[in-house]
Amino acid sequence: MNIKRVKPIIIKEFRQIRRDKRSLGVLLVFPAFLVLLIGYALNFDVKHISVAVFDQDKTQSSREFVRSFSNSEYFDFNYSVQSYEEIDKLLDEGKVLVVFVIPTNFSKELLAGRDAKLQILVDGSNSNTATTAIGYSNAIVQAYSMRIALETLARSGKELYVPIDLHPKVWYNPELISAKFLVPGLIGFILMLSAVVSTSLSVVREKERGTMDQMMVSPLKTGEIILGKTISYLIIALVASVLVLLIGYFFFDISIRGSIIWLYVGIFIFLLAALGQGLLISAISHTQQVAFIISVFSTLLPALILSGFVFPIRSMPIALQVISNVTPPKFFLIVIRDVILKGVGPAAFWEQLVYMGIFAAVTLGLSTRLLLKRAN
Amino acid sequence: MSQLAIEVNEITKMFGNFTAVDKVSFGVKQGEIFGFLGANGAGKSTTIRMLIGLLEPTSGQAKVGGYDVKTQTDLLKKNIGYMSQKFSLYEDMTVEENIHFYGGVYGLSKEKVKERKKWVLEMAGLQGRDKSLTKTLSGGWKQRLALGCAILHEPKILFLDEPTSGVDPVSRRNFWDLINELSSQGVTILVTTHYLDEAEYCNNIILINAGRLIAQGSPKELKTEHITFPILEVETDNVVTALELLRTQPWVVEISVFGTYLHVGVSELDLGKNAIRLTLATKGIQIQRIEQIVPSLEDVFLHLLEQDMKKVAA
Ligand SMILES: Nc1ncnc2c1ncn2[C@@H]1O[C@H](COP(=O)(O)OP(=O)(O)O)[C@@H](O)[C@H]1O
Ligand SMILES: [Mg+2]
Repeated sequence: MNIKRVKPIIIKEFRQIRRDKRSLGVLLVFPAFLVLLIGYALNFDVKHISVAVFDQDKTQSSREFVRSFSNSEYFDFNYSVQSYEEIDKLLDEGKVLVVFVIPTNFSKELLAGRDAKLQILVDGSNSNTATTAIGYSNAIVQAYSMRIALETLARSGKELYVPIDLHPKVWYNPELISAKFLVPGLIGFILMLSAVVSTSLSVVREKERGTMDQMMVSPLKTGEIILGKTISYLIIALVASVLVLLIGYFFFDISIRGSIIWLYVGIFIFLLAALGQGLLISAISHTQQVAFIISVFSTLLPALILSGFVFPIRSMPIALQVISNVTPPKFFLIVIRDVILKGVGPAAFWEQLVYMGIFAAVTLGLSTRLLLKRAN
Repeated sequence: MSQLAIEVNEITKMFGNFTAVDKVSFGVKQGEIFGFLGANGAGKSTTIRMLIGLLEPTSGQAKVGGYDVKTQTDLLKKNIGYMSQKFSLYEDMTVEENIHFYGGVYGLSKEKVKERKKWVLEMAGLQGRDKSLTKTLSGGWKQRLALGCAILHEPKILFLDEPTSGVDPVSRRNFWDLINELSSQGVTILVTTHYLDEAEYCNNIILINAGRLIAQGSPKELKTEHITFPILEVETDNVVTALELLRTQPWVVEISVFGTYLHVGVSELDLGKNAIRLTLATKGIQIQRIEQIVPSLEDVFLHLLEQDMKKVAA
């Protein structure tokens, strides 16, 4: 191994990447863009919905009811209206999304222990937001009516007894998984994809153009070629990971609770594993198309299905749980969630670092050997 | 030490059941231009790739510059230059960047790279274009730049795999001038080609067909040794009909079309001339010219390939 011979390879890689707008895009812009896009698509939390109230009851309990809504960060009570005409106008102009109409007999019915009817008008043009708004409204209304019910029971001196078990329900994202939880997983998944695709293509391109042979007849060792490629793509992938973390911070409010150094130790080892996988693919493929297809399938499916990013690993069949161990994003996901969300130190995830390190060593070693092995 | 720069002994390469190179043996003297001829798929590239340490021979031995191609690949690689038929340059890098890269890979010092760069640019006629992207260059320029990059480290033995394929005739001619110059500086050159006319520029030649060596020698030896019968060049107004008529005559040994002429090998000179005149006259074909020629290498190769085909068929 001679570092002096690795340097020209690194310089060459950077020149090529800089000139090839497509691979530059795949490496740098694509991960950040995808995190932004998918992050928003997965982000079903609708907050600060603009709301108007038409309080026909005008009693203490109706005002109390309205207050129970305004305590929530989901709703902003921007308008108080006095007629249906005003409601029409606000909805038409898109100034409010939801209108609560409190009927005149609202408090009377409540006090009598009967069901109070509440009218909720929703702008259905954005069905996603509308459904979510309805879900939230229901949840809050039910929580409120349960409180009333309990108070009524308490007043009547009977034992506290909850007749119906009420569960607020929000569609599409029933567990209310927030972007905060999903985006870290997304980061691993996307960095993996772009690192594997770009490295595998870069080696196969050299095979196709014959420059690989040209390097192989020079005094360069296969290990030096692999090292040069790895260093170059590692640097670029690290830059991409900074961009992605910045996107997380500015757009999804994800700040890193734990140590940024340990986060980068994790990212570093994870990217090495990803590059190893990319180089291994390039060692066995002869055309860029083949390399691309293998790269996408071998990263996308496991990273999506087996990493625990979407489906919890605990609830998988045993066979899949075992197979899930071959995919680096699985380990990275634990590291990144530990550091970013929980703020815990390496004691919690050192095993994951070791696993990823082994994956990197095996793939990098294997690809060096395979490239070295002359055809047949 | 032997005088041979390259010694090949029964080298064989199998791809599965398919024999791409079949027990080929030859020797290349120091400083000579050695031509390696054969049709597409004959096994030229495969042989070269075994000699430069890119492919492991299935059997047989070879020494290049005294180094065993199986066991001493590291030493071998420092001492040879190789230019592949793809002109393996980085098309998305400039002329200069390509030179710097290959210079760096061969561990040349900064000063040395600078000096060699100047030389390569001059040799390739690329002065002032060192900042151009390689993909913007025409075939001839790419070819000369690829040669330049392959010999930056001044190897004593140079392997050129179809260096003239896909370039214009003027560039081909220029390229052979460059090869001659290198050879005069003592560089041993093994060059493959499927252009038979290029064989004339070589000191020694081997011809392979379907992985088997079928002839070797200097151009002169090949011409005199293999063709023992006279060859007549016949110019007529109807080449196609003439070919059909003569092909089946018992006194015609071999016949082939060369451009608008026919080359007819006959068993006996005067008899042949008369017989051709008579035969063509029966169909009213006019003969503009008929004369004996010294066989060209092309005649020889076509003869040898035909012989080889007959042997395989038998
Ligand atoms: N890696 C390989 N695997 C299988 N067959 C090959 C391989 N490389 C070359 N061949 C076959 O070997 C034969 C000789 O090829 P090659 O040496 O490239 O011929 P040439 O350079 O004379 O045109 C061809 O039939 C080709 O298809
Ligand atoms: Mg070839």
